[in-house]
Amino acid sequence: MSDDGRRRVANASSGLAYEEPLLFERSRAGRLGCALDRLDVPERTPEQVLPESLLRDDVPELPELSEVDVIRHFTRLSTWNASVDLGLYPLGSCTMKYNPKLNEKVARLPGFAQLHPLQPAALAQGVLHLAHQLEGYLAEISGMDRICLQPAAGAQGELAGIMMIRAYHELRGSQCSRILIPDTAHGTNPASAALNGYEVVSVPTGDDGILHPEAVAAVMSPDVAALMITNPNTLGLFEEHVARIAEIVHAQGGLVYGDGANLNALLGVSRPGDHGIDVMHFNLHKTFSTPHGGGGPGAGPVGVKNILAPFLPVPAVRKLEGAEGEGYALDYEFPHSIGRLHGNFGNVGMFVRAYAYIRSLGPEGLRRCAEMAVLNANYVLARLRGTYHLPYDRRVMHECVPSDKNLEGTGVTAMDVAKRLIDYGYHPPTIYFPLIVPGALMIEPTESESLEGLDRFIDALLEIDREAREEPERVRGAPHHTPRSRFDEARAARRPVLRWQPEPSA
Amino acid sequence: MHYIPHTEDDVRLMLDVIGVPSLDALFETVPEKLQLKAALALPRAAGERELLAEIAALAGQNANLETHDWFLGAGTYPHFIPAAVDAIASRSEFYTAYTPYQAEFSQGTLQVIFEWQTMIAGLTGLEVANASLYDGASAAAEAALMAMRVTRRSRVLVPAGLHPHYRDVLRTYLRGIQAEIVEPDSADAEALRASVDPQTACVVVQQPSFLGAVRDLRAVAEAAQAQGALLVVVVTEALSLALLAAPGAAGADIVCGEAQSFGVPMAFGGPHLGFLAARTRFLRQIPGRLVGQTVDSRGRRGFVLTLATREQHIRRERATSNICTNQGLCLLMATVYLALLGRKGLRRLAEMNLAKAEYAKARVRATPGLSLPVAQPSFNEFAVRVPDSAEASLGRALEQGAVGGLDLAPYAPELGPAVLVCTTELASREAIDRLIVALAGRAS
Repeated sequence: MSDDGRRRVANASSGLAYEEPLLFERSRAGRLGCALDRLDVPERTPEQVLPESLLRDDVPELPELSEVDVIRHFTRLSTWNASVDLGLYPLGSCTMKYNPKLNEKVARLPGFAQLHPLQPAALAQGVLHLAHQLEGYLAEISGMDRICLQPAAGAQGELAGIMMIRAYHELRGSQCSRILIPDTAHGTNPASAALNGYEVVSVPTGDDGILHPEAVAAVMSPDVAALMITNPNTLGLFEEHVARIAEIVHAQGGLVYGDGANLNALLGVSRPGDHGIDVMHFNLHKTFSTPHGGGGPGAGPVGVKNILAPFLPVPAVRKLEGAEGEGYALDYEFPHSIGRLHGNFGNVGMFVRAYAYIRSLGPEGLRRCAEMAVLNANYVLARLRGTYHLPYDRRVMHECVPSDKNLEGTGVTAMDVAKRLIDYGYHPPTIYFPLIVPGALMIEPTESESLEGLDRFIDALLEIDREAREEPERVRGAPHHTPRSRFDEARAARRPVLRWQPEPSA
Repeated sequence: MHYIPHTEDDVRLMLDVIGVPSLDALFETVPEKLQLKAALALPRAAGERELLAEIAALAGQNANLETHDWFLGAGTYPHFIPAAVDAIASRSEFYTAYTPYQAEFSQGTLQVIFEWQTMIAGLTGLEVANASLYDGASAAAEAALMAMRVTRRSRVLVPAGLHPHYRDVLRTYLRGIQAEIVEPDSADAEALRASVDPQTACVVVQQPSFLGAVRDLRAVAEAAQAQGALLVVVVTEALSLALLAAPGAAGADIVCGEAQSFGVPMAFGGPHLGFLAARTRFLRQIPGRLVGQTVDSRGRRGFVLTLATREQHIRRERATSNICTNQGLCLLMATVYLALLGRKGLRRLAEMNLAKAEYAKARVRATPGLSLPVAQPSFNEFAVRVPDSAEASLGRALEQGAVGGLDLAPYAPELGPAVLVCTTELASREAIDRLIVALAGRAS
């Protein structure tokens, strides 16, 4: 506190680089940021209506701010973020493609944004039609028979998929206790398996970076409920033996789960349904351009072959036929369904965006996505060859995984390369994943990146390699140009401070 | 194709550098018999103008807050959203950003989450809140799983009063592991004392209940904790936290639920915003992301994702949950909303909702044919017994341009014909008067 008793917030801002305190530090008693209507019914105080024991006085943790304070606060905070609209965001298996503005516009139409999930179906025919159409599009794109849009994210889609597999086996009386998961799999795969009570058995990837039928056959047994496979896999490689592998699994009564995170590479080119996949999830926030939102919301619809249709979550959207009349209804009567996963139908706002995207592209546009995504990743690989180590130097699909191995001896690691890329204006690629590549840099440019954009990015990586050899300290101390650099993450974990608290008065 | 920049010249040059003659050659690792021979059977690409017109026509077929008066709550609440919320949520620096794993490039997102965690902790009366979950239903399920981990017990008590969809989601989540759900008829403390035993991991109580009832949670907490079980309080109408006794202060161990009321559009059910808060001693078992404060290499304050060893990308099959995304952008909307309304505004808004409900309930009491079958006090939602059938009452309401509430026949048939009515700040006095008339079926 300063002498006159008013709290002063240090102004460390400079030019257009704003330091912005927390809301609670900006707060001033008496400020208000909203204009509530006048009350048109008799005033009642809470004490007149409810016993005191059921009431609270206040929520002192909430700040008091004017609308100007609030807008300035969040506008300034926004300038401290990397974003797709600012530049390339080459995170592997995240598909950080451009988020079309038309999608944002249609999702905000009151006829979608201001609907209640429990309003009568007769009053929601437009959104039910859209959902039904989207299901059809996803089925066509994937080659699966039936789609459920409900899961709120890819991980929840995986959960649904494994639950359906479990329900299938239970109904048949098969006593399966294990799930096969490749060692390149995303962490949500084993987590989803464990949430269903399955023991995870890891399947080793071959030296060529893909799964081989012999490796799967070696661990396959009637005790295995399913194999989970990501195709293309997290090394960016197409699992060439997928059809044979599916046969091996099916032959012993197992099912195949397809993690659809990398579907962008296959649009209009190949379909998981033709690979022997029995159930898969889609990531609308990856392949289908819905925005990542700073960590969500996403949407993770599932697709199944008819063999698993009885187990789909409820409710289902059904098109009325014949004597039933026209339009759509919601069905709940599925005795073998795994039940509900979401309080309502899922992230409908994302369905609207994905629908607009698929309609904007059409079949040629979707195939072009895959072609350009694959072209871009192979171009990056080709230009990095000879400088960065390529553990799997072969044709890739939509992403490539160089590593920091060639930097051995310089003291510079993948982490340092990632941080130095920030100085060049790039959000780093995924690092240290997949786990089978030490020092991995997982790069997925997506089809949104232009040739000159790719060249600039690759030039930055090549420059960082040169820096690592000639001025390694520059790389290891990066980032130098951001408002904050190299956080003490150990301290954050050792002494967790997870909320603001006012300083105790002296 | 305006979202894809490549020209034919670009493609030719790139193919040259890669060393292949054509785009088809790039797919040589896809076995021939797995390659599609024809284009996907989808509608051809639409131009922006025609697509907008088509989608707007679909939107036009849906009743919504702008076309009807709205008295339907039941887990998703019709509230006014100030313009400033969407102004911020439309900033692409927020919505086209990724999960803030690279802290130096994500301080905007991280600081917002830290602010959210602070406000949710305060609203719930607990010590630590996470960076959100998918929705209230999955938050309730995650809370039950968490209680099971903390207590190492496998029985979950779910007395009547939990939103039926939440109960369904809880059942779905718990089916895959060795867990047992017991559903006592009543959430009264006396009844619960008889049901809670040393195998009980938690008691899950919704406040206000699905039928709108508000109860004293302290006795419920004592009943649960007497046997070492946790009290999980589920909140579907987050605005109630501004006015009702904080569940944490009343003894709840975990408070979770739905924060859609804080500036998140109803959007036909999603995306919404699950929240979860707990006591510090349960920190290591909390699911989902956590943002913590720390310093950088030059001692400057900043924020990072922390305690990630709980999560799937580190612990894989031993993670506390499989959750990967949170509801980032919805969290931003809610944080902006709470900042705009603030300590005084949120309280005033809650009082307005209460006043609207009290007015409506007074009109119900004064109207022959209508009654209030639930004795307990309520916040902004309550059941109304109607003559004949809820379907008829709601039909009359619709004719007058109102979505009058939820038909309770499938959910609480023991009440007889009844409607669950929600009155928020959006409900004008005139609209409430019209609703009462419609529910009763004749001029009162």
